[in-house]
Amino acid sequence: MAAIAVIFSKNAVHSALFLLLNFIMLAGLYILMSAQFIAALQVIVYAGAIVVLILFVIMLLGAELGESVPTWFTPKNMFVALLSLILLTLAGTAVKRNFPENLSTLNTPSDWGSVENVGMALFTDYVLAFEIAGVLLLVGIIGVVVLSGWERKIEEIGPTPIKQLPDIPYIQQEDIF
Amino acid sequence: MEHIPTTWYLLLAAILFSIGAGGVLIRRNTLVIFMCVEMMMNAANLTFVAFAREFGSTTGQVFVFMVMTVAAVEVAIGLAILVELYRHVKSVNIDSFDSLKG
Amino acid sequence: MGIELPSLNFGALLPVIIVILTSVMVLIFDLALSDKRPLGWISFVGLMFAGGAGWIQQSMEGFDPAFQNMAITDGYTHFFNLIFVVGAGLSVLVALGYLGKKGLQGGEYYAMLLLATSGMMIMAAGTDLMIIFLGLELMSISLYVLAAINRYSRASLEAGIKYFLLGAFASAFFLYGIALIYGASGSTNLNGIGEGLKAVPKGYEALPLFGLGLLIIGFSFKIAAVPFHWWTPDVYHGAPTSVTAFMSVGAKAAGFAALIRVLTVSFGFDGSMFADNWHVAVATLAVLTMTLGNLTALAQNDVKRMLAYSSIAHAGYVLVGVVTGTEQGISAALFYLMAYAFMNIGAFAVISVLEQQDAIGTNLEEYAGLAGHHRVLAMLMAIFMLSLMGFPMLGGFWGKVYVFLAAIEAGWIVLAIIAVLNSGIAAYYYLRVIVHMYMSPVSDQSHAINLNSAMQVALGLAAFGTILLGVMPARIMDLAASSGLFG
Repeated sequence: MAAIAVIFSKNAVHSALFLLLNFIMLAGLYILMSAQFIAALQVIVYAGAIVVLILFVIMLLGAELGESVPTWFTPKNMFVALLSLILLTLAGTAVKRNFPENLSTLNTPSDWGSVENVGMALFTDYVLAFEIAGVLLLVGIIGVVVLSGWERKIEEIGPTPIKQLPDIPYIQQEDIF
Repeated sequence: MEHIPTTWYLLLAAILFSIGAGGVLIRRNTLVIFMCVEMMMNAANLTFVAFAREFGSTTGQVFVFMVMTVAAVEVAIGLAILVELYRHVKSVNIDSFDSLKG
Repeated sequence: MGIELPSLNFGALLPVIIVILTSVMVLIFDLALSDKRPLGWISFVGLMFAGGAGWIQQSMEGFDPAFQNMAITDGYTHFFNLIFVVGAGLSVLVALGYLGKKGLQGGEYYAMLLLATSGMMIMAAGTDLMIIFLGLELMSISLYVLAAINRYSRASLEAGIKYFLLGAFASAFFLYGIALIYGASGSTNLNGIGEGLKAVPKGYEALPLFGLGLLIIGFSFKIAAVPFHWWTPDVYHGAPTSVTAFMSVGAKAAGFAALIRVLTVSFGFDGSMFADNWHVAVATLAVLTMTLGNLTALAQNDVKRMLAYSSIAHAGYVLVGVVTGTEQGISAALFYLMAYAFMNIGAFAVISVLEQQDAIGTNLEEYAGLAGHHRVLAMLMAIFMLSLMGFPMLGGFWGKVYVFLAAIEAGWIVLAIIAVLNSGIAAYYYLRVIVHMYMSPVSDQSHAINLNSAMQVALGLAAFGTILLGVMPARIMDLAASSGLFG
């Protein structure tokens, strides 16, 4: 699976591309589970927006090689690998014997993942969650504007000593909304 | 359509989650760490959808929808902070963010 | 297919709505006003309105579930709303005095602070893991931005990125935990989870148990419990002091709000193995958190870092209250959080007055002989330190007493003894600050300190609250006990 490759690539761009592959495969799995709505979202949001955003920043910063000489078999890394193996074993045993077998996916109606059904749930039972998500997006917009610095700000600040920073064009990250 | 047992999806998600968690701890490149966190969230999403199919309910799917919103906002904010920090430090290696030690 | 719109009961979430609207208003006025100071006052007034709305709600009605059982406004929510309003209101006042000095004055700051507050309120009101998750993210993302808001300071940005990375990592754990619990119980609603888990047959408990573990890990990051605390000192140190004050109080209280509700409502039913397991897990966390927090705080020379470790230790004390799982223990924890809000923001307010430049002026040495220069400031700092230490007749004292008594009554005697020993250790580093202020020779360099009116109000209110809770704890304790979490 491409996931392994994400963490083992030396070059961050390769990592990102493997991540893309990973996300698209997941979208395929969602379609197999006949969750079409989620599959579409997966491709649009994750593959389309998030990975592109990450790739863009990698290239902007020229940060492909964050680690100069990756050394894999240090004691710390072995320890971490051991930790994640333990995590995997725990999670694996937890999900393997999950529930009594009388539940079966066969009774699941085939249109359970259609846009219509999910949309119905979204705007009736989960309307509060939907509204909070709207506020969350507002936070995202304000946050990015604050952080990427409104040029107006610099003039206002006046007396505080600002180190001369090299010009890096700031990104309009609100685009993804 | 063929029915793959839910357990396979769940195991795949568990593997994905563990790889992501391991990656966060091993890798030093902040951007790769972002990606690993995204991978962990995707593992959770896969679990949600698999269980939702099991129950034939929409709850899990709505949850995935919310997670995607959150992930998008989180990435936007995280990258904005990182770009700003890069102007100061000229590196994305988290070991170089060390001015705060007491 | 027609859509039947459900009845929504917006009134139940009135405080949250007021806070969000205020933040939007602040943003709009931000465009119109060149002087940013009124924005702070607008935020403050909005928060007061939210508090008032909560007050009216509490006297008016019973406990209404709102939005298809997604949220509830019971006494518990009201009490936490009160804590958040106090915390956010004081932080706004502190910010009014502090931001000007740093050249950070701006509407976005207040807007983010208010949005973070609304996230906290949502966390306290949510009765569905989906709402709790969204509230958590709303709060966290606003706080990431607030921590990094001083984008000319490397320390602030580093604090932001560290907080962000570990916060996102924790969210992923939290999320996976929710997913597994959803799988085990078939629901994300807290009551539904409780029902679903009762039906889990013997031999299938591994899944919800593992999910619960992941959930507790996620919360532990937010409340800064050991061993998930390493981000705390760096973030508290690097972030602007007014943000640190808000973060240390609000985020912690919100984390506890959701944690307590999840544990008692979904996993608290009697005779299940879940209840036994989380009691033991949380007790272990409490012991580790108190002890390590206090021991590391002893070695700190920077006041901000010292308070960061002390805040870890305080999370441990509150956890002791949570462990009991009894009504008395939970009310004690609520009381403790309220007292903590006053005294901790007070302490950070004093620091922010003394702080001159970026991360200068927070070293303990610079507090030497403070009492000689600024009698009032030193006295206030002494009050807050004594209260944090648990000196009798101050808010912190009663918080500790209630928590320890609850633990003893619930049979966690060893835990209570460890907690008392820990307060003994803690006394050392709090007293050290006071000794530095009062006993050291007066240093020559006297800081030019301008205390503006907002900061004066903030300091006054914090000190007043600390003393009030110390003099008449019974009133607040009654309020906390009427939280109605136990029906």
